[in-house]
Formats: sequence, structure tokens, C-alpha cells
Amino acid sequence: MNKAIEMRNVSAAYGDNEVLRQISLAVDMGEFLVIIGPSGCGKTTLLKLINGLVVPTKGEVFVAGERLSDCDLTALRRKIGYAVQGAKLFPHLTVEDNICYVPCLERKMTKEEKQALTEKMLAMTELSPELASRFPSQLSGGQKQRVGIARAMAAQPDILLMDEPFGAVDEITRRTLQEELSVLQKKTGITIVFITHDIEEAFNLGSRILIMKDGVIWQEGKKEELLHAPRDGFVRQLIGGM
Amino acid sequence: MQLLQILWDRREFFLICLLEHIRISLTAVVCAGVLGILLGALISRHEKLAGVVLGVINVIYTIPSISLLGFLIPFTGIGNRTAVIALTVYGLLPIVRNTYTGLTNVDASILEVAEGLGTDGRQMMLGIRFPLALPVIIGGFRNMVVMIIAMGGIASFIGAGGLGAAIYRGITTYNMTLTAAGSVLIALLALFSDWLLARAQKAVNRRYGIE
Repeated sequence: MNKAIEMRNVSAAYGDNEVLRQISLAVDMGEFLVIIGPSGCGKTTLLKLINGLVVPTKGEVFVAGERLSDCDLTALRRKIGYAVQGAKLFPHLTVEDNICYVPCLERKMTKEEKQALTEKMLAMTELSPELASRFPSQLSGGQKQRVGIARAMAAQPDILLMDEPFGAVDEITRRTLQEELSVLQKKTGITIVFITHDIEEAFNLGSRILIMKDGVIWQEGKKEELLHAPRDGFVRQLIGGM
Repeated sequence: MQLLQILWDRREFFLICLLEHIRISLTAVVCAGVLGILLGALISRHEKLAGVVLGVINVIYTIPSISLLGFLIPFTGIGNRTAVIALTVYGLLPIVRNTYTGLTNVDASILEVAEGLGTDGRQMMLGIRFPLALPVIIGGFRNMVVMIIAMGGIASFIGAGGLGAAIYRGITTYNMTLTAAGSVLIALLALFSDWLLARAQKAVNRRYGIE
């Protein structure tokens, strides 16, 4: 069976500054992989390699069996959900148009189709259907984040990339969102790659956790493995409170 | 008092001048608007071209308006056509500059998310960049409209119509009131247009949540 995502000896750099070195990684279908590490460790770059926003200087990236360097990136991206910190909704579009953004890139949707899809996605992310006609500026932080996730999932992607999606919301909302995401993932069987700098969040969500440091994968494994056999002081410190 | 008197007494003359002024200005606004936005969009994608184009437009801007009209006479003759061309050329600066600034200053993180979601080049320009730059572009458009209306007053010196004709006639016949009346009408027209566009700008801003 094809892996959902595979990287072979991938390095990436911004100019002369190498931020990722020799990363090899495979993510199974339906896996919930959480990447954690201090800022500047290269975790966001790693995520952007998967949807081609960053091009590797060395190595190969495969998504759903396709080699990124010779596939149609735009088409591929429409099949990969992408949610980021602060949601980054399109401020000039209503919640409905934000949610229907990706499917509308492919084809024209009728009003009824859009309404139905929006209703479904709002329900999925536990939002009131009344929000459909609002603009992002009229939403709370938590609502924006949920709409961001709804937008990422509207085209029913097989893979969802999330870059600290709950970083900008309050503690209580974050807990709720985490639980909902967990349920959603089990229900849909979607493959998720999730970035965080919060170890508690990582342990809550991840079926596998990948710890990064200075552009390399420092240690990976399930929660128990990391707790029982931390590689060194860095990992011990990171999971310290648990 | 005298001013109101003359506006009332010669209302037909002023109405014709006003309509002519609106017609010339509107034509120039449409020309400069379309040309300016296209040019601004073009140079927003070609960094090298941007410096050259903005430089040239800046230089044109420093030519006194009256001499620009003079330069054009051998090529396009006198009358409304020359006036529209001169006004269009002058109007370009604010609209090109603002379109360029607006399009190049769109929040990069929004653009990246849009790209990550699978937006292609055309969809990015029309669906994301342009609408997000709209408040800045409208700002330039407002500037341009006011400038064109104000400068339209000079067009009568090369035989074009408009409220400049009233001003010109006032000057040549030592009729101060006539000159003042023409000027006041130009100012009012400019203020009114600006107010109208300010409302449009506000509506867009409110929609985007920029109060």
C-alpha cells in the first residue's frame, strides 16, 4: 500500500541557511502525526515540503504515491487540506465563501451546493449555521479557527496539514478544538500532520510524535515510548511536565 | 451674493459647462482608471519594470499641465480629445502607484495559505490579490478623480469645453464673479465626487473589517 506521505533524505534551505537536513519520514494513511520542537527547528518548513510551498534542495517528497517534483502542484494542493495558526481566513469573503473556497477553485458551484456544503462543514466544526453569511472580522478567535479547519476539509482531502492551528486561541477553546479534531479524525480516517510547540497538545492528539531539533528528527515514537525512553536531556526537558 | 446671482442668471450656460466638464472628466477617469489599474497590475508582477514605469510617470507628472497641453496640440490638435489625453496622462500617477502598492503589500501569509490551498495564478490575482488591494486602489482612484476634475479647468485654454470656459471667459473680460463662479463649481464637483468615492471606500473597508 502506498504511504500517505514519504520523504527520502530531504534537505531544505532558505538561501545559504540550511533549515532541514537529511529528513526521512513515512506517514501511513489514517495516521495522526504530531511534530513538535522549539521555534526555528524547521517544523513549519517540514510541513510546507508536503504541499510544495517549500521545494527541497536535496531528496524527494512523495504524497499519495506521487513525486512532488513532477506532478501538478496546484491540483495536488487542492487534495491536501491546509490550516494554519490564526486561521488566515480571506477577509473579503463570507464564511460560506471561505469554506467553499477550495471546491470553487475546481468548478463553479451552484448556490444550493454551496449552502449544503457550508451547512455540513459548519455542523462538523460545531458552529452555528447562522455564521455562514458573516465576514471573518465578525468572528471570535475560536470561530475563525474552526472555519479555518472547515475550509481545509471542505474538499474532503485525504491529508490534512495543520500548522499550530490552535496556537492563537484561549486554553478552554483549545481543549475543545483538540477533542473535536480527535473525534473528527477517527470518524473520517483522514491522515493528519499537525505541528505544535505544546507537548501536552502533542500527547493528546498524536498517534505518533516526532520531536525535531536543529533541522533534524531528534526522536520519534508513541507517547509511551517517549516517556519511557527519552533520547537525552533535551527530550526529557521537553516532556518534563508530563 | 453676486456669485449666486450670476449662477442663476446664466444657469443655462453654467449647466452646459458643468455637463461638458463632467463628460470630459468622466472620459479621462475611465481611460486613466482602466489603463492605470492594468499598468499597476502589470508592474506588480515585474519588479524591474516597476521602477522604470513609476519613474517615467513621475517625470510626466512634473511637466506643468499647461505645457503638456501645448505639447499635445501638434499631434492631436485642439479641443476635447487633447484635453482627455492630457487629463488621462496626469491621472495615471496616483492610480498606478496605488494599484502597485496595494497589490504588492497584500498580507504574505494570506497569499501563502491561498497558494497552499491550490489557487492558480489567475485565481490568485483576481480572487485574492486584487480584492485585498481594493481599499488602497480606491484611495488612488479618489485622488485621481479629484485631480482630473480640478485640472479639467485648464482644458479650455486649448479650446476644450467645461467649467474652465467660464473661468477663461471671466479672466478675458475682467469679470471676476464669472471666474469665481466657475471655480466654485469645479471645487464643488470635485468635493462631491470625492465624498461619493469616500462612501464607497468606507463600505469596502467595513466589509473587510478595517474601520
